[in-house]
Amino acid sequence: MPIIWLVLIVAAIAGAGYVAGRARAMRSVEGDHRKLHSLPSYYGWNVALKAIVPAFILAVAWLLIQPLVVSSSVSGMLPEGAIPENSSRGLIMAEVRRAADGLDMAVETGSISPEDARSDAAEAAEISQVLKDSGAVVTSELTEPILRAAQRYRALNATGHLLMTGLVILLSVIGALWGIRESRGDFRARNTVENGLRSLLIGAASIAILTTLGIVLSLVFNTIEFFRLYPAADFFFGTEWAPSFSGRGGSSELGVLPLLWGTFYVSIVALAVAVPIGLFAAIYLSEYASKRVRSVAKPLLEVLAGIPTIVYGLFALLTVGPLLLEIFGKDGLGWMQAGTAVMTAGLVMGIMLIPFVSSLSDDIINAVPQAMRDGSYGLGATQSETIRQVVLPAALPGIVGAILLAASRAIGETMIVVLGAGAAARLSLNPFEAMTTVTAKIVSQLTGDADFASPEALVAFALGMTLFVITLGLNVLALFIVRKYREQYE
Amino acid sequence: MTDTSIPKDAPRAKTSIHQIDALTKKRNAAEKRFKAYGMAAIGIGLFFLIVLFTSIIRSGAPAFTRTVLEVDFTLTQAQYEEAEGQLFKTAAYSDFFIAELEETLTADGMSVEFDADTIERILGKVGGTLREYYRANEDKLGEPVTFSLATSSRVDGYFNGRVTRDGLEDSRFLMAADLDLVDALEEAGIITSEFNWPFITGADSGVDNPGGAGIGASVVGSFFMMLVVLALALPIGVAASIYLEEFAPQNRFTDLIEVNISNLAAVPSIVFGILGLAVFIQFMHLPQSAPLVGGLVLTLMTLPTIIISTRAALKAVPPSIREAALGIGASRMQTVFHHVLPLAMPGILTGTIIGLAQALGETAPLLLIGMVGFVARGYPDGFLQGFVEPNSAMPAQIYTWAARADSAFYDKAWGGIIILLIFLMFMNILAVILRRRFERRW
Repeated sequence: MPIIWLVLIVAAIAGAGYVAGRARAMRSVEGDHRKLHSLPSYYGWNVALKAIVPAFILAVAWLLIQPLVVSSSVSGMLPEGAIPENSSRGLIMAEVRRAADGLDMAVETGSISPEDARSDAAEAAEISQVLKDSGAVVTSELTEPILRAAQRYRALNATGHLLMTGLVILLSVIGALWGIRESRGDFRARNTVENGLRSLLIGAASIAILTTLGIVLSLVFNTIEFFRLYPAADFFFGTEWAPSFSGRGGSSELGVLPLLWGTFYVSIVALAVAVPIGLFAAIYLSEYASKRVRSVAKPLLEVLAGIPTIVYGLFALLTVGPLLLEIFGKDGLGWMQAGTAVMTAGLVMGIMLIPFVSSLSDDIINAVPQAMRDGSYGLGATQSETIRQVVLPAALPGIVGAILLAASRAIGETMIVVLGAGAAARLSLNPFEAMTTVTAKIVSQLTGDADFASPEALVAFALGMTLFVITLGLNVLALFIVRKYREQYE
Repeated sequence: MTDTSIPKDAPRAKTSIHQIDALTKKRNAAEKRFKAYGMAAIGIGLFFLIVLFTSIIRSGAPAFTRTVLEVDFTLTQAQYEEAEGQLFKTAAYSDFFIAELEETLTADGMSVEFDADTIERILGKVGGTLREYYRANEDKLGEPVTFSLATSSRVDGYFNGRVTRDGLEDSRFLMAADLDLVDALEEAGIITSEFNWPFITGADSGVDNPGGAGIGASVVGSFFMMLVVLALALPIGVAASIYLEEFAPQNRFTDLIEVNISNLAAVPSIVFGILGLAVFIQFMHLPQSAPLVGGLVLTLMTLPTIIISTRAALKAVPPSIREAALGIGASRMQTVFHHVLPLAMPGILTGTIIGLAQALGETAPLLLIGMVGFVARGYPDGFLQGFVEPNSAMPAQIYTWAARADSAFYDKAWGGIIILLIFLMFMNILAVILRRRFERRW
């Protein structure tokens, strides 16, 4: 792994630089460290930082940019004629990349010599046979242009990596030398190091912004791509969801409405379970329960929140579904066809959300000042009257915020609905019917051997965008409500 | 003051503290009802918890036992040569095996009719196993060798009650008549149950072999992902928190970061999966299904959790510590790194462990970066390969099993959940111990 070696080399340069910088600073004051501006170690750190940070930034930037440059260069050399009718440039590029990976693997296992893998004389048919024999996955026969492109791809990548390694090491050495030259007694090493550290801290904090940016960009670009292939109006207002799996484009119906309906229906069932139970649990825990009951019941309830969602998914699929089927199925009331249904997923999701609602509401109820309760008792109200008429109205904005947050969790929840809600998209009012949700369809459209050029795969990004906007809206609304009304009593 | 007063001759209702009037009764009843609702809510919550855990344990336990058929078998040199000389070599081996088994049963005084198909339904393809063994150990020819052969998953199911004699439909997997032989073998002590080590140490099997599926390889995959998360999320999270808590000025940029962090904490996990797919796989061409990519995605997902708890831990260090350090001439950076950070460390570690536990159980993003839909057949070749070779992770493996058509995999899925929950429990207990042991109240 060349990257690991690169990291180790740069680390070694930095280590040597640390020792050299520190020693030089000490020498410049004849070993009397009282004459140094900063502690000796700061001179060492100055050199080490200068050796590592610029080199690291260069390496990361290079690794990000190189694939783009290589891809566009290789893609430019593919002639129009090499692209079959029903395919696209992106698909061919994916094939080129696979072929290049296959060649890499074949060279590694020794079934083809590096020279042969590179040579222009190599026959496409011959190479594809070699690749198949060596176990590299090649789905179809390689064609001449693809093989040439793959060879070019490998060559460019190899040159790029070599160039990067050289430049990174060079930059690291230059940084170290620069730092060592600075290491004199009157150099303000501590200030330099601390300023550098501060920039690193700011960089770390900015990762949150970068992540959001990454999410928004990856969603937006792919969504735009999707709307180029599929009309936006049909997506937002279509009432039918029927992706075709055979051909590309044309026959698929990708309307989001049935999915949104399924999502909201499951969420409503979940909230109908979680809100009453969670709220009453919170009221009991904060107003009635003795300290001992509270110290046992509260952590136990919160265990429910710590259980991974895959567990709930399996619980829905294998325990709750069959149970409901026994009661409401054809042997019972006859409302239910199969174990996976809105009710199954909603019920289990409700269980998952109980601690979410109860913890948040508990905090909010506890934040209502005792004086308000005392005032109410003083007027002769019973405890429940106090809670209903004084505490709850005071805590209401916070509780509404908590419920909105729970709703946003319910809408974004994936595993429970993937396993528990079913796969059929339909607009129906019967909660015992299988329906599907936005998240479940994102999973089913993007897993497996999807190529990212067809509308059937790209629709997942549009669904993700919808999901992101809805949950973001709910979160912002919840925060707004909580912030606006919460401070009244503090 | 007013001059009006209560008219003296107004009739007064007779009240007494010994007599409860209707309104008080009503109010007291309402009070009791209200309290009962609360207790019922707690009760329902705990009831769900108990149901969840009993169903996990009840359904998961069978994954930890397996039934094996233990039998002494001798293959002579002549038989070996005869079998190798035939066209269907493995069939010849199983014929010898069946003959020997029949002899053993007859010696025990039991006579059950069975043929090669029955054995194949109960034990799978025995001949292949035997042939492989004898070709590797030719010196064992002629000596008795004890073979432990795992039975098929249906027979496993028969032993732990998933498959019953009445509920069994004859199929190419198992016939009801086969169970007579199974019963006879059990009586003879040839079929026994034992702890299923291969489930814990093994890798996933194909879709047609639920009995051989193990979770070991995906535990390793999860381990590598957690290494990536720990190596990235902890330093980045702590650095970001230090900046925001100790250095950041009150300006728009800081506000932007804060808003972003609180929003990211509430973004559905599947959106992070989309991000990982688009950025790490589509754009950067990192290998699909690699723990490295999974770790990167989970890092981004865990960061807000770690930042929030680290900031709380930093905030809990009293300002007097900072002022004392600054007072004796430390710079602000020195104050933070020499004094505040060490004091906040237990809180930071607690938050990190809880973040890791959350990441360990997360499934949805892993589905999108390709950690399902293939069979993780083995362990990675070495430490570095562990990061980039395709592997599964515990929750993704559980999902894969749950999505398979053969219901015998459901046992494995539940068993996998028990293992996953054991890991999570240890992490949470560690976090609680850290908090109890090192947390300081100022």
